Amino acid sequence: MPLEIKSLSKAFSRYPALSDITLTAAEGEFLALLGPSGSGKTTLLRILAGLEQPDAGEVRFRGEDLLAAPVRRRGVGMVFQHYALFRHMTVEQNIAFGLQVRPRASRPGRAAIAARVAELLDLMQLDGLGKRYPSQLSGGQRQRVALARALAIEPRMLLLDEPFGALDAQVRRELRRWLRQVHDRAGVTTVFVTHDQEEALDLADRVAVLRAGELVQVGAPNDVYENPASAFVFDFLGEACRLEGVVRDGRLTVADWTTTAPADAPEGPVDLFFRPNEVAFAPADGVGVGANVLAAAVRGASVKIECKVGEQVIELQGLGQVPPQALTRGARLRFTPTRYRLFAAAR
Amino acid sequence: MKSAAIARWREPSVLPGFPLALGLTLAYLGAIVVVPLAVLALKPWSLGIAGVWSALTEPRVLAALRLSFTTAALAALVDAPLGLMIGWTLTRYEFPGRRLLDALVDLPFALPTAVAGIALTALYAPNGPLGALAAKVGIKTAYSPLGVFIALLFVGLPFVVRAIQPVLEDLDQEVEEAARTLGASDLQRVWRVVLPALAPALVSGVGLAFARAVGEYGSVIFIAGNMPMRTEIAPLLIVIKLEEFDYAGAAAVGLAMVVIAFGALVAINALQARLAGHGRT
Repeated sequence: MPLEIKSLSKAFSRYPALSDITLTAAEGEFLALLGPSGSGKTTLLRILAGLEQPDAGEVRFRGEDLLAAPVRRRGVGMVFQHYALFRHMTVEQNIAFGLQVRPRASRPGRAAIAARVAELLDLMQLDGLGKRYPSQLSGGQRQRVALARALAIEPRMLLLDEPFGALDAQVRRELRRWLRQVHDRAGVTTVFVTHDQEEALDLADRVAVLRAGELVQVGAPNDVYENPASAFVFDFLGEACRLEGVVRDGRLTVADWTTTAPADAPEGPVDLFFRPNEVAFAPADGVGVGANVLAAAVRGASVKIECKVGEQVIELQGLGQVPPQALTRGARLRFTPTRYRLFAAAR
Repeated sequence: MKSAAIARWREPSVLPGFPLALGLTLAYLGAIVVVPLAVLALKPWSLGIAGVWSALTEPRVLAALRLSFTTAALAALVDAPLGLMIGWTLTRYEFPGRRLLDALVDLPFALPTAVAGIALTALYAPNGPLGALAAKVGIKTAYSPLGVFIALLFVGLPFVVRAIQPVLEDLDQEVEEAARTLGASDLQRVWRVVLPALAPALVSGVGLAFARAVGEYGSVIFIAGNMPMRTEIAPLLIVIKLEEFDYAGAAAVGLAMVVIAFGALVAINALQARLAGHGRT
């Protein structure tokens, strides 16, 4: 594995930012670091860039000790959330910066730099904007300039810190698809930090989920989504409903519904998690968890039903197969989660 | 037509109070700046054009003007790197006594200039601690143009520091981090990224220091020695002419100072606007 992170720890004045992180990335892999704010994902990225020093642990890149190298010799391209462009330079000058600051011996000639800049402007679909200043560009264009600037030095590794965080939803989706294309074409190992699960699941080859400085799960997007290792991951990776239940003697009880517990279910109090659209509805005299409808909203074929189970309020989604009486306020209905996971609850 | 013209006048802002604000601005600037300057501009011509010309081309006047403007310009230029260093130290590092040091920067603003002049003279006079030291290596500090320069350096410094400090504080750390990841050395980072960002503020700080230094009187007259043709500054010469009841001659020197200083400030402002121009919104 070209990128190997071993037992990495870092604390900011006693508050631990990262504890004992071990993680690898393959050559040319697109790895997403996913977690809520304060999970340490940005700290980890900044350590890879050399902008922070860890308290303990090891980072190797193609066998070389990365931590021993100063920032400017690491050959990593970094893209920041707020672009961090040089405002007094044109787009072309921004992109050329990394080549122009090289020592004379390894600096390409003027013509070679100009050619490289032109090539990147083309790749980034920024043709005709080379003479503009960053303030004359839109957010999406600025971030593409930042990416071009990072790629200009032909980095061994590309680090992206919430690169689309400051952009609006539509531009984000567009850039996301396009970033993946750029990555595939450049073939450079990429580490991508985000708190947006959809972005991580869409883009990455593998997703590493972090929480409070700890690595909680690593895997392919679909794998992590389908087999979350903990209640946190289940909750964080998509819309989730949680119900309290109990497992006793192989039977699972949730509110007034009892069923055979899965073989691997933990004994005692449990949290039952399911996706709000993975439910089957039944009339009030049928089988399933009893619920009182609080509100229902129909959007074409899909229905959102806010209902109350015991004292808990959850929001379910139905597609077509919802009994019509479920759509009335105050009505009683029953539902069974078609797919769910149980996690031992600390109650 | 008239209402259209008024509408265009008012167009730039949707805020209320435009007539009142503009009226007060014009009244204030008129009373404080334009009227005194107009009087100054009118006064010398009682001598006639030839009289004004001969008053200004008098060798003593020329020497004083030259001394005032060259030392002021030099002091302002030397204040630039000094102020840059002080501003950098105060914003970039955290150390005990930083706040105290920060407050010290403003002292030349607050001190009566005569007090500063006396203190500087005591320091740099041939029998003062620094003056004696300089005399040993054959440099005369007080009572020489160098003394004038030292005093002007002192009064101009806060302007440069205070002009660049907020810009340095606002400078996005990530921009410098980006430069580092792109392979820039510390020197390249400062030279290519930090300094260009600071340049407009630095130029305007130097302009202010220059403007202050040209008009400085109190601190200079003590340390200068005030020898005609050698260390006599133009503001002092004006005072001398006034004491000799040569009001028109004094006004002529004053007018010359205003014209030169105004020209220099316009040039500095133009440079600053050019540096700040593109893409720094």
